[in-house]
Amino acid sequence: MAERERQLTRPSGGVFHARTEVMDADDLRRAVWRMAHEIIEHNQGLDQVILVGLQTGGVPLAERLVEALAEIEPTSSVGVGTLDVAFYRDDIGIRPVLPEAVTDIPFDLTGTTVVLVDDVLFTGRTIRAALDALQDYGRAASIQLAVMVDRGHRELPIRPDYVGKNLPTRRDEVVDVTAEGVHLGDVE
Amino acid sequence: MKHLLSIADLSREDIESIHDLTDNFVEVSRRQIPKVPALRGKTVVSLFYEDSTRTRISFETAAKRLGADTMTFSVSSSSVKKGESLRDTIDTIGAMGIDAVVVRHQSAGVPWQLTRWTDAAVINGGDGWHEHPTQALLDTYTIRERLGTLDGRHIAIVGDIKHSRVARSNVLAFTALGAEVTLVAPPTLLPPSLEGWPVRVSHDLDSILPKVDVCYLLRMQRERMTEALVPTLREYTATYGLTRRRADLLAPRALVMHPGPMNRGVEIAAEVSDLPTATMVEQVSNGVAVRMAVLFLLLGSGTRAEAARVVADA
Repeated sequence: MAERERQLTRPSGGVFHARTEVMDADDLRRAVWRMAHEIIEHNQGLDQVILVGLQTGGVPLAERLVEALAEIEPTSSVGVGTLDVAFYRDDIGIRPVLPEAVTDIPFDLTGTTVVLVDDVLFTGRTIRAALDALQDYGRAASIQLAVMVDRGHRELPIRPDYVGKNLPTRRDEVVDVTAEGVHLGDVE
Repeated sequence: MKHLLSIADLSREDIESIHDLTDNFVEVSRRQIPKVPALRGKTVVSLFYEDSTRTRISFETAAKRLGADTMTFSVSSSSVKKGESLRDTIDTIGAMGIDAVVVRHQSAGVPWQLTRWTDAAVINGGDGWHEHPTQALLDTYTIRERLGTLDGRHIAIVGDIKHSRVARSNVLAFTALGAEVTLVAPPTLLPPSLEGWPVRVSHDLDSILPKVDVCYLLRMQRERMTEALVPTLREYTATYGLTRRRADLLAPRALVMHPGPMNRGVEIAAEVSDLPTATMVEQVSNGVAVRMAVLFLLLGSGTRAEAARVVADA
């Protein structure tokens, strides 16, 4: 989310031009499948596990992960929510900040294991905001982080638990994750 | 948007984007901890030259739920009683470092005057008989929640139109969003001229009620009687009050609205205000969310000017 939202939202945004395809649709499907297995293995099942997708890029990824989890463990049922961190960002007043969608977390998170899901992990500031936001929905037993792409350049001590792909990038490049794949490019 | 002074300054798109943002704050209000840190470090002052409990508390709750600090400046307990001018008052408050001021004043136009004297965002919390924009924003939000849209809806505003800033702001907001408005009042309680108002007028409540989607009642103030604008409150109730009998004339899904405080038994019968189609309690809770949206837009979201500056710096 951090990635596409910051880069593509007007007025500072523009049009994304892909230069390289990093993952295609099949790579993406395999990565989702592997991450789903890792989530189950790491938590010894899916008891009390809830997935929370970050608006906007993390939401479709969270949905795909939930589908994969249901296929692997058909008897389990994993709750899924969506979170918009606009009101928790640390750049309010510095750049235009408006929520993209209404947050939907219809459960008390107290005692649960929350897996935060986002498409791209960059500076870590969005995740910092998300951790603050989750506090307001109850005290989770633990919070984990799943991202499709870790592109480096962290500005805060945050690391992911589940990664689709580690992708070395330049700061000024843009990573775009869609259902068709992952592309590296620029915004003009 | 730098200030919120009048509904007349807002386009249909402006109102709709405030409503969309309000959805987010309704969600915040329902949480276990109904508070976000979006306006941490900002200070919001309420400067009230007229008595008001609900509007002031609503704004202060909204500011606190956004993490802002609040100060109250109420005239009855301040230096205004000692003869301080409005200009000196705003300079004094401004020197304490404030980001927004919510002002209510008995004279129309005071919020505009304040924008010339302070750099803070000015929000009109009601100026004379002129406007009360956040009331109109919360009323239109409530109608949107209940009926989906205001487009093509027929709304009757009933009561003391002449002295009502709520009526003025709501006529603008309702019509901007595509609703049809009929004012229902005795001739003595209508403004001297309705030229340029996109409304119809009626003096017969019974014939209007079956046709409306919303019946919006205004507070009937007792001092109107001493001014001889209505003979007695009982007579007003008999002709213009929403009695139980009249409420039955409304379509089953038509809403009954009132900005509060209500005079039960005068403009509205006690049992009518408890109907499931009455929205008074929702109006109050939506009011906090709408005011959070307004404060966030003015202080937090980054105005267009700020956005341009960020681009220029980059």
